[in-house]
Amino acid sequence: MAPEASASAGRGRFVPRVQVLSAADVERALTRMAHEIVERNRGVEGVVLLGLQGGGVPLAERLGALLAEVRDGGRVPVGTVDVALYRDDIGLRPVQPEAATTVPVDLDGAVVVLVDDVLFTGRTVRAALAALGDLGRPKAVQLAVLVDRGHRELPIRPDFVGKNLPTRRDEEVQAGLDGVVIGEVEPA
Amino acid sequence: MSPSSASPAARWDRRHLLSVADLSRDDLVELLTLSERFAEVGRRPIPKVPALRGRTVGTVFVEASTRTRLSFETAARRLSADVLSFTASSSSLTKGESLRDTVRTIEALGVDCVVVRHGCAGVPTQVARWLGDRVAVVNGGDGWHEHPTQALLDVSTLQQALAARAGVPVEEAGVEGFAGLRVAIVGDVGHSRVARSLVGLLAVLGAKVTLVAPGSLLPASLEGWPLAGVSHDLDAVLGDLDVCYLLRLQTERGAGRFLPSLREYRECFGLSAKRAARLGPDAVVLHPGPMVRGVEIAEEVCEDPRCLVLQQVETGVAVRMAVLYQLLTPGESEEVNRG
Repeated sequence: MAPEASASAGRGRFVPRVQVLSAADVERALTRMAHEIVERNRGVEGVVLLGLQGGGVPLAERLGALLAEVRDGGRVPVGTVDVALYRDDIGLRPVQPEAATTVPVDLDGAVVVLVDDVLFTGRTVRAALAALGDLGRPKAVQLAVLVDRGHRELPIRPDFVGKNLPTRRDEEVQAGLDGVVIGEVEPA
Repeated sequence: MSPSSASPAARWDRRHLLSVADLSRDDLVELLTLSERFAEVGRRPIPKVPALRGRTVGTVFVEASTRTRLSFETAARRLSADVLSFTASSSSLTKGESLRDTVRTIEALGVDCVVVRHGCAGVPTQVARWLGDRVAVVNGGDGWHEHPTQALLDVSTLQQALAARAGVPVEEAGVEGFAGLRVAIVGDVGHSRVARSLVGLLAVLGAKVTLVAPGSLLPASLEGWPLAGVSHDLDAVLGDLDVCYLLRLQTERGAGRFLPSLREYRECFGLSAKRAARLGPDAVVLHPGPMVRGVEIAEEVCEDPRCLVLQQVETGVAVRMAVLYQLLTPGESEEVNRG
């Protein structure tokens, strides 16, 4: 989930502490990830990028543009997935389906690369996998995240990582095209 | 029983949905946005999400209805909730059981939400009083009083039509287009719970509503109704309408007794092809159903592309998903587990 989304759920104010990556660092990391995606899949044929609402969406769009550069303009379809309705904690906290799921192409037989900002417990990715199951049957699903901050609660690992960032559980990480910041949330 | 003219300042507590007066403007906008999300779910190859898995929705329909009950049950199933269905004809109510005992039984079966339809006004409110916080209650239509989800789906359908007219996605259209929208509600207003709920919601959004009906089919008093006007002459208002909302003659509630004849009603207040031709190209025709072709709406008009009756039915499922979701998921923020 996007940091903005959690903030709007009334969890208090994000207080930034350390900037870990600058916007230029993020751009370099995404460029490397684009190359890794091409390398792993021997090209981009059949590859579809799906950004997880909301933090993953701008990253997926940027990755799509970078892939096009790497592949001399060969376009990769980019879509979005909202996993709110598939979360396993719907009964525990307010979950608002706040944004759309748009899948530009048929996912049957495609290689889906899920794109998110921060990989933490893995529960969002689990929800995304459940959502994918209802949208089609991809040949393979890969996971690209800008930041892996650890503390996994499920057997999920990323395929492409911008930055491994060891954190404390109670810290908060905000990651986007304009940089990566660690901080704390002050209770409202 | 007049529709609420102004939305209350307080936000919806999301325990029950008994009247459109429960909803503030912000709640309404939130429900419309959520409905749009759920409409997208309905268009997927597998139109089902696990959001309400393990929850049970009961429908208690003591008055005849198929579309509202089927719509609620479809909505519940699309959210993966289980559905228990009680209808007057097949339940113990016909054997003499009191409504209170039926409600207690349903509660004991472990439902999380009941949708109540009853011929008497106020029954859903009474059921909500009996059940307190334990079970959410949705008014599925009570007598002449209210039918909040019908009004919500009408407003949602109109929002889609306004967005299409402006050529923008519904999310971007918002509800600004309702300000000054010219709506006529035509026909048996007196017996219509749909009209009462719809007038309330449209007022919150700033639309200008005119009631068009013979005097005998208007409520005894219109005091407190937030209206732009009342007319007895459909032809006089037809030319300047954005929305023509037709009501069915509620003959089961005795509407026939207030009219000289059905034929005269049709001549004066039915939307004939000739009258439909005088509606603007962007105007739309809505009807809560069931339609009686040849009385309030002519055969040809039912097939007119400006007639959105089927779109209303489709939207109804999405709107009811939104209502069930809001009632059955927590609203207050607690511990968050991201990642």
